[in-house]
Amino acid sequence: MIVEIEGLQKIYDGKQRVVAVDGIDLTVREGELYGLLGPNGAGKTTTISICTTRALPTSGRVRIAGVDVVAAPAIARKGIGVVPQYNTLDRACTIYENIHFHCLYFGFSRTEAKQRTEQLLAQFHLTERAGAYPSQLSGGLAQRVQIARAIAHRPKVLFLDEPSAGLDPQSRIAMWDAVRGLRQEGITVVLTTHYMEEADELCDRVAIIDHGKILVEDTPAALKASIGAQRVYQLDLRDRSKCYEAVEVLKKLSGVNEAETTDKGVRIFAQGTDGLLSEIVQAANPYGLRDLTINETSLETVFIRLTGRDLRE
Amino acid sequence: MSEAAMVMGRSAETSKAVQYTRAFVGLFLRDLYVLRRELFPFAIRICMNPLLFLFVFTFVMPHMSGGAAMNPTAAMAGTSFSTVLLPGLMAVAIMFSGIAAVALPLAQEFGVTREIDDRVMCPLPVAAVAIEKICFSALQSMIAAAIVFPLAYYVPSTPVVAHVTSWPFLMLVLVLASLTSGALGLTIGTSVKPQQIGLIFGVVVMPITFLGCVYYPWAQLDKIRWLQRGVLVNPIVYMSEGLRAALTPTLQHMSPILIVSMLTFFLVLLTWLGVKGFMRRVIG
Repeated sequence: MIVEIEGLQKIYDGKQRVVAVDGIDLTVREGELYGLLGPNGAGKTTTISICTTRALPTSGRVRIAGVDVVAAPAIARKGIGVVPQYNTLDRACTIYENIHFHCLYFGFSRTEAKQRTEQLLAQFHLTERAGAYPSQLSGGLAQRVQIARAIAHRPKVLFLDEPSAGLDPQSRIAMWDAVRGLRQEGITVVLTTHYMEEADELCDRVAIIDHGKILVEDTPAALKASIGAQRVYQLDLRDRSKCYEAVEVLKKLSGVNEAETTDKGVRIFAQGTDGLLSEIVQAANPYGLRDLTINETSLETVFIRLTGRDLRE
Repeated sequence: MSEAAMVMGRSAETSKAVQYTRAFVGLFLRDLYVLRRELFPFAIRICMNPLLFLFVFTFVMPHMSGGAAMNPTAAMAGTSFSTVLLPGLMAVAIMFSGIAAVALPLAQEFGVTREIDDRVMCPLPVAAVAIEKICFSALQSMIAAAIVFPLAYYVPSTPVVAHVTSWPFLMLVLVLASLTSGALGLTIGTSVKPQQIGLIFGVVVMPITFLGCVYYPWAQLDKIRWLQRGVLVNPIVYMSEGLRAALTPTLQHMSPILIVSMLTFFLVLLTWLGVKGFMRRVIG
């Protein structure tokens, strides 16, 4: 196991006591693409900060490639690459220099550093912009430079914190391609995200995290299969007082696995049976059906099932 | 422990030392490289203050009619003001560089760019990243102090009487003062909120300069005993007195042993405070 996290806890004692990470255990295998999926404030970034030696845990242990990050942070950093949420590129240096100096910090000779920099610039399609300064780059490009720089010293594990936050859809896809390309180099990737498509698309295994705890962990396919339904129907009802009655009626429809009340009305987990939609509409109409949204089973529906909340709430 | 294990342990220690050293050298090289590119602004920054000071007080004023009355230290027995100013201005140059090379960039990195987060990911102890900043700032301080020499030679209308009795003592004072100012910059940069960094000029830089025995020797404060005692907590006093002892021994100055021990004391204290503040700011 390349990443081992045991009983990790982080409590911020201040005017307000905040439990950011509340007993996380997880392991990541070598070469795996692992995702931490959860809403903002779930404790993903704190977990990553501790793993990358930038925060100290209140209790628990993290080992990266067998090195304890609290006991030997400087040694552990050799095996870690990080791309934080915000742009930390050296503003006083060009793209080429950013990567080149990064190599020097990690003990490369000048010749090695030059070779590695040129190779990475080519790999990430940055050669033409080698002389540009970080302030001249778009968000997507800056992100790519950050990834190139983070893997320059050939770390064993790359941590990406919300890699697609603030990227346009096109840059996001380019970033996904870059991340997928990393597995050919045998780099283990741990990423955090609150975009379920991203976790679904990229990750071999996903842990869904909320309020500092891991709720469930498995492959995206297994997680989706686990909720035993293919679609989620969310109904907005005008007459809230009758929600319970509506749930009882809707549960009886064939193809509906389960129904529950929500703030706005009713949520139904159902098979993709033909004609179910019109049956649902008919059955719900007497309760004042205002709106209806249908979600195909996704990691988001898994999250809704586990927490009763939307990922974006 | 078996012999093989001991050899392995030793080689692990060596490789750790090599790893740290290389990272440290890498950081230093990067700073040097960036400084070289920004040579012109750097030159302006370090020249302006001593140049203008010398120009106004040792060239313009003596040329005015009744200049003697306006010369602030005309009464200082037998010595020209330019001689008093030389070590003082060097001390100010050293101190300014510490602020400009460490405190101001740090405030920006903590507040806006967070570039520091990347530097902290280098494979060496976080404290060493802070120490590197002190060392690089010391280098700039020494260049800034050296620049004062030619200026003090050419600008004043009355010649400066400088005489180095002991080069090793001068070097010791220069190095200690430069490192201390870097540590001061680190302490300020890590303890002041980034939004308030502009305030430090009024609250810290100005008072420690004007009350740092820069424009007058410490011994001459004997008529104002409370002030003479009070300024002893100011590290700049020992920088200017130290340079006075090393460069212009004709002026009254503190005892060299006292100067060196106080500079060492401030260096240790400020480095400790600065590194502690740095760790607090970068490690959550």
